[in-house]
Amino acid sequence: MASTAAVPFWRAAGMTYITYSNICANLVRNCLKEPFKAEALNREKVHFSLSKWAGGKPEKPILRSDTPGV
Amino acid sequence: MFRQASRLLSRSVSAAASSRSTTNRAFSTEVPSTIDSTFVESWKKVAPNMDPPQTPSSFMKPRPSTASSIPTKLTVNFVLPYASELSGKEVDMVIIPATTGQMGVLPGHVPTIAELKPGIMSVHEGTDIKKYFVSSGFAFLHANSVADIIAVEAVPLENIDASQVQKGLAEFTQKLASATTDLEKAEAQIGVEVHSAMNAALSG
Repeated sequence: MASTAAVPFWRAAGMTYITYSNICANLVRNCLKEPFKAEALNREKVHFSLSKWAGGKPEKPILRSDTPGV
Repeated sequence: MFRQASRLLSRSVSAAASSRSTTNRAFSTEVPSTIDSTFVESWKKVAPNMDPPQTPSSFMKPRPSTASSIPTKLTVNFVLPYASELSGKEVDMVIIPATTGQMGVLPGHVPTIAELKPGIMSVHEGTDIKKYFVSSGFAFLHANSVADIIAVEAVPLENIDASQVQKGLAEFTQKLASATTDLEKAEAQIGVEVHSAMNAALSG
């Protein structure tokens, strides 16, 4: 029994729900008034360090300090 | 038909034995009565010395009971990833922006799972109405008049800057017109929807 429910446009374009939800949240955060906007962007900062492994040893790590929505 | 029986029976015996030794599961006689009695009876006819296999529902805690009369208040739990906005608050009604339209939830609402679209959620308590703009999320309405609403971002309407909303709307409408790939079109469409919803929320 094939499901005939219409897929949302973002899923038809290959996007997952999480991506869609995060984009919506970022758009809302970008439209906030000033003290709230700074708080929100501060709260959503992510920092991560990425290192590729070669021959059983980690190579030099890349540090990424992304602000969201980039 | 019975050639396979000994293999199948010994497989389930060893599985039952190993599961009993490694984990302290309740014996099947101790589980709550969510077991299908006709299945248990036919099992006992085939293999009377073995306990019937357990099903996933026998490991579940019993569901909270539904009151026989409709409660007067709705209990709302409204959570965000970084904060718990409302926790166990008793209210009269909430109106949630479901993808199928604005949905009013009263105590005794039929159990529903609703996906939310960007829009206004209002919590009504007596004459008090509190409005939040929700970016997206889900609402779980349970049979016992408890509503769990989860959103990624929810802000009071006063915190939204109208001029930025207008700017964003214009920007994304323009992006939508000039988008080429499916993904670009989808992203621009999302931008248009979210900003239109914010616009409507601020002016409505």
